Formats: sequence, C-alpha cells, structure tokens
Amino acid sequence: MSWQLLSIQIFNGLVNGAFFALLSLGLAVIFGMLRIVNFAHGALYMLGAFAAYALGQKLHLGFWPALLIAPILIGLLGMLLERTLIRRLSALEPSYNLLLTFGLTLLIQDGVRLVYGISGAPYAGPSQLEGATNLGFVVFPTYRLFVISISLLICLVTWFVIERTRVGAVIRASTENPVVTRTFGIDVSRLVTLVFGFGAALAALGGVLAAPIYSVDPLMGSELIITTFAVVVIGGLGSIMGSVITGFAVGVMAAVGAALYPPIANTLIFIFMALVLVLRPRGLFGMVEGSR
Amino acid sequence: MKIAIAMMLAALPAAAQYSGDVVKVGVLTDLSSVYSELGGPGSVKAAEMAAEDFMKKHKDIKVVVIGVDHQNKADISSAKAQEMIDRDGVDMIIDIPNSACALAASEVVKQRKKVLFVVTGGSTALTNAKCSKYTFHYWYDNYDLANGTGAAVAKAGGKTWYNIYPNYAFGKDLDAQMRKAVEAAGGKNIAPSDATPFPNTDFSTYLLKAKSLKPQVFGTMQAGADLVNVVKQYNEFGLRAENIKLAIGLLTEADIRGLGQDAFAGAEATVSWFSHHDKQSEEWSKRFTKAFGKPATWMQAGVYSGTLTYLEAVARVKTDDSEKVIAALEGHKFNDAVAHNGYIRPQDHRVLLDVYQVQVKAKKDSKDEDDLFKYVSTTPADKAFMPLSESTCKRDGSAAAAPASPAAPGAASGAAPDAGAPK
Repeated sequence: MSWQLLSIQIFNGLVNGAFFALLSLGLAVIFGMLRIVNFAHGALYMLGAFAAYALGQKLHLGFWPALLIAPILIGLLGMLLERTLIRRLSALEPSYNLLLTFGLTLLIQDGVRLVYGISGAPYAGPSQLEGATNLGFVVFPTYRLFVISISLLICLVTWFVIERTRVGAVIRASTENPVVTRTFGIDVSRLVTLVFGFGAALAALGGVLAAPIYSVDPLMGSELIITTFAVVVIGGLGSIMGSVITGFAVGVMAAVGAALYPPIANTLIFIFMALVLVLRPRGLFGMVEGSR
Repeated sequence: MKIAIAMMLAALPAAAQYSGDVVKVGVLTDLSSVYSELGGPGSVKAAEMAAEDFMKKHKDIKVVVIGVDHQNKADISSAKAQEMIDRDGVDMIIDIPNSACALAASEVVKQRKKVLFVVTGGSTALTNAKCSKYTFHYWYDNYDLANGTGAAVAKAGGKTWYNIYPNYAFGKDLDAQMRKAVEAAGGKNIAPSDATPFPNTDFSTYLLKAKSLKPQVFGTMQAGADLVNVVKQYNEFGLRAENIKLAIGLLTEADIRGLGQDAFAGAEATVSWFSHHDKQSEEWSKRFTKAFGKPATWMQAGVYSGTLTYLEAVARVKTDDSEKVIAALEGHKFNDAVAHNGYIRPQDHRVLLDVYQVQVKAKKDSKDEDDLFKYVSTTPADKAFMPLSESTCKRDGSAAAAPASPAAPGAASGAAPDAGAPK
C-alpha cells in the first residue's frame, strides 16, 4: 500500500470515525447520566437526515439551516421521549430498557418508511463544499474534511463543558449521586431531560452530516448503530473522552484494514471489541463503577 | 406478521375444473422491507391488473390474487408458501424478490406440485442446479444482466473495466459473468474485482482505487442502499468528471427515484422493460401509475406479464391442474403489453425474452417523471440468456444432488450464501 493510499484511507477512516464519535458521544452522555443504553440512537440519527430532507422539501431550507434546525427538532423530540417514556425505565429492570428503546427504533423506522418509502431520499450537500481540497500530501473531498472538523469540534466542546465547567460539574454530580445533588437545590429531573435531548441532537447532527454522502433511507441508522455500540464497549460505557477517541480510532482502524484486506473491514472492529472485553472488560477508558 | 389482502375481482360463476372454483394467484413478496419498493405492494397491484385484464377476455374464469409478506427471510418464505398452498388454496405463486427466499419457496412448490414463477429473484441457480419442473424463471437473471451490460458497454467503446461487488453469492456471480461478457466483447478487466463488505456505507477505498486505475468503465454489482452509496460517492469523488463510466449490474427505477435521476445520469444497465420504450409500454405504465398511485418498476411489469402468461395457459387447457398447465406453458411463445418475443424454454424453464440496454437520462432530457431510461440497444431473446448448452439443469430429482455449475457459483450450497442477495 502506497503512502498516498494510506493517508487517504486514514482520512476516510476519520470521516467514518466522525460519525462513530458523534453517536457514541451521545450514547455515552445518556448512559452516564441515566444509566440507560439507548438503542433508539440509530433511529434518531436517521431522523436527523430525514429532518434535513423534509426541511429542504417543505421549507426550501438548504444544508446550513438544516444543520442547525434538524438537531434542535430531534433534540426536542428526544426530550419528549424522555419525559413520556424513557423516564419510567429507571424503576424497572434493565431488560425493559432494551424492549422500549428497540421498540421505539422499529416504530420510528416503519413510520419513516410509510412516509418516504424504503429506497430513501436524495440529498445534496452544500455547494460551498463541493470538490476536493489539496492538503499538500493528499487530495480529499472538501465536504469530508468539513465533517471531520465539525465532529471534532463538537466532541471537544462537549468534553470541555462536561469535564471543565460548572454546568458539567452539576451534570457529573447528578450522575454520581442524584439524591445528594438534589439536596443542593438542583433540579436533577430537568437536567436529565436536557441531557437526553442533547444526546438525541448529537445523533441528529450526525444524520444531517451523513445525508450528502451516505444513502438516506429508513435503515441507515440500524447499520451504523451496531458499530457504534462496539465503539462504546471498546471505549468504556459512559466515558466521554473514551468514546470520542475510540470512535475516531476505530474508524481509522477499519478503513486501513479495509485497504489491506477488504473482507476483514467489518469484522475487525468486533475482533478488537472481543479482545478488549477479554483483556479489559470495562473498556479502554472506562472506570470501575464507583471509583471516580 | 402477515399481510394478506384477498381481492375478489369478479363474482362470476366458475367452471368446475378449477380447484375451489377459482384460479388463485399468490404474490409472495417483500411487503415491508428493503425490496418492497421494487416488488412489494406494486407487485400485488401488477398481478391484480393482469387478473382484471385476463377476466375481461375470459369472462368464465374467476381469478383471485392475494399478497403475502416473506419479510426477506428464507424460512418465512418457505412457511408462507406452504400456508398459501395448503390453507389459501393458491394455484400459482409469483414474484419473490431475494434469491434465498425464491429457492426456499421453489422447494415447497415442488413438494406440493403447484406452479412458481420467479420474477424478481435473479439467481441462475433456479434454472441450473436447483431447477425444478414446477418452477419457471420468468423475467431476468444475473446472466442476462451481466451479459447485456458487459457486452453492450464494451462494444460501445468501454474497453477497460474495474469492478466491485458485494461479498455474497449473488454479487460474486454477477461479477464473474460480467467479466466474462466484457472479455468476450473485446474488453479488458484491468484489475481483479474487489469484494466489498455487505452492507457497506463507505466505498471511498474502491472509488479511489478506480481513480488511480483509470478504467473507462467502473462496474458496480451493488444493489439497494449499497448501490445508492456507491453512486453518491462516485459523484462525490469526481469519477464522473474524469469520464469514468458507470456500469450497474442491477438497476431499477426504485434506486433512481430514491437518489434522484441526475446522480445516475449516464449510467448503463440492462432491463427487461422500461416505460417509454414503445407506445404499448407507455400506455401500460400510465395505467399502472393510475391504479397504484406510483409508477412501476421493471420487476413489477414482469409480475404483470408472468401472471398473464400463467392465466392464459390455464385458459388454454381449461383447468388449473398444475401438470396440464405446465405442459401448456412449456415451449409457449408470447407477447404482451410489457414483454416481447417471449419463449418458455421447456428443458430448464428459463423464460427467454428481449432485454434492453439502457442509459439513465439526465433530468432535463426526460419528458416526464416516468421517463428515466434512454434506449441504447436490444439483446434479442435467443441471445440474452444462458444457452441451454451451458445449463446444468437435470430435472426430476437428480438436480438436487448436482454440484454447483461453474456458471452459478454458490448455487448448490443452498439458500444460506444468498441470504444477502438482493434478488
């Protein structure tokens, strides 16, 4: 494999990694706060892409407004779901978590299929980012570079807010011990809703970013979510930085693997996951429950 | 979950020689999942249209059409086929997207001695190692797709090729046939074809490889969402701008409508029918759109033709007894609103018909939203399909034990390797 191809593959890996990171970041934030594994995350990602499409169809809004509006809409939907359904899970045993969020996935997928059909919808990217950019050592589609940058930016900001600001401290405190946090006069319940909405918005943002380069169809999320769960397991459930770093790393690993030996591309991630589970069951960046 | 819609299409007194006093056609298809747009409810509508047209001509025969969902799972396909025959009294089953599902139903139909027309399923195994007296492969198969597109594009000047295919039996088979057809037509495969994971969203590796290989033609055997991803990224990575032509193994109207015509513009493929081919096709297409609310795919046109061909055979022998109908079908020649120069080859039940090489039109060149394909050439019925000399079909039991033919790798290994196959 030439250096040229290798560097291109690394960039492609970063693009895929950008989506893994955005999704697993949302999953990590939600899990950290609610102790809920949100299997509907892929459906929210897909809804983000379709929201962007619908905004274009109905209101003639292009990519840029959609990039802002679609995540807000899906974030609001996420909050609604949390208030009405997800919230009730905390009192129930964990298997209900799977039943509810997976059931939601099926409902959302079939709903979208009824409206837009199974073949999906066309979506054009922003004209400003058409073509390719020469980075000196590699020529790469401009839009993909944009995807990598914005995903990195969002992930870093999220990490910063949660780990380094007062708001973040409150969120972390609510995770750690909701009862004690409440005694400080903090409305933990509202915080939980906001965090779930934020996670949903991140998934939707991923969906909008994916729309110009990947097929926009009702099942687009269900394919991505499997890999994303592997990323979350490798990174360590609930670890924010872990899920971001693992997201990008797994993307690059799969892309380079695909170039070296194509048949292994999809399997590599799961082999890695199995190894991590055997050698370090709490994940690369995960902490033992209660030790932080 | 079963969605079965029984449609009573006429209340005429039926003659006694029809089981249950009606001829019952069962459309076994994907009503809800990935192939529901190329077959699905549209296939059921197409069969209903054929039944209506038939009953206008033969007022003494009552036809009922039911649609059943196989959910793209071979085991469900098999169970539903049994149920349709044993419980619903279906005389003939048609459509079946997904080769694995088609092969599973073929086994059931053989045991129950009913008739099966595979339209949307494309595996050549159906008329080779897995051929059966009761199964007819009606509308297309991967041999005619590969042969048509490979030969036509190579002859038209696309001499150097690089292909990718999804890593399952259907894709691998399609690719092997395409390579053969390209070389036979004087073209050259300049690199080994690459297998891609299935399903897959990111095809950049292969597209970049294509860019550095600079073939005249980039061939993709992907289908459905994978195909949409390939085409999106083919445009994104600028292969079109570098004049690398796109040849698609299996392309349907559903794919084009999903992604938008312009993304596909210029791509070449083989179809058995397209709406603006001739006046008859255009009229049929309008009629279908009016009845169904959405324009047809060429697979759905095949379900119309297949249902009609079966019913006409029933009318000729005046019974729905399978043995007699099969005898009437074998060697039969036909033309209808959507099929030209049809011939049912008795030896292996491959149905031959004219197929067309087409090029996707740019939006600005289309007369209306149904006008997607530009006609390039016709491959006549006798040239389009696998010649009998290459077929490994041995009927009546011996076929089951026959090894896979070189022309259809994976055919003998049963349904499993085809599980991901589109048709």
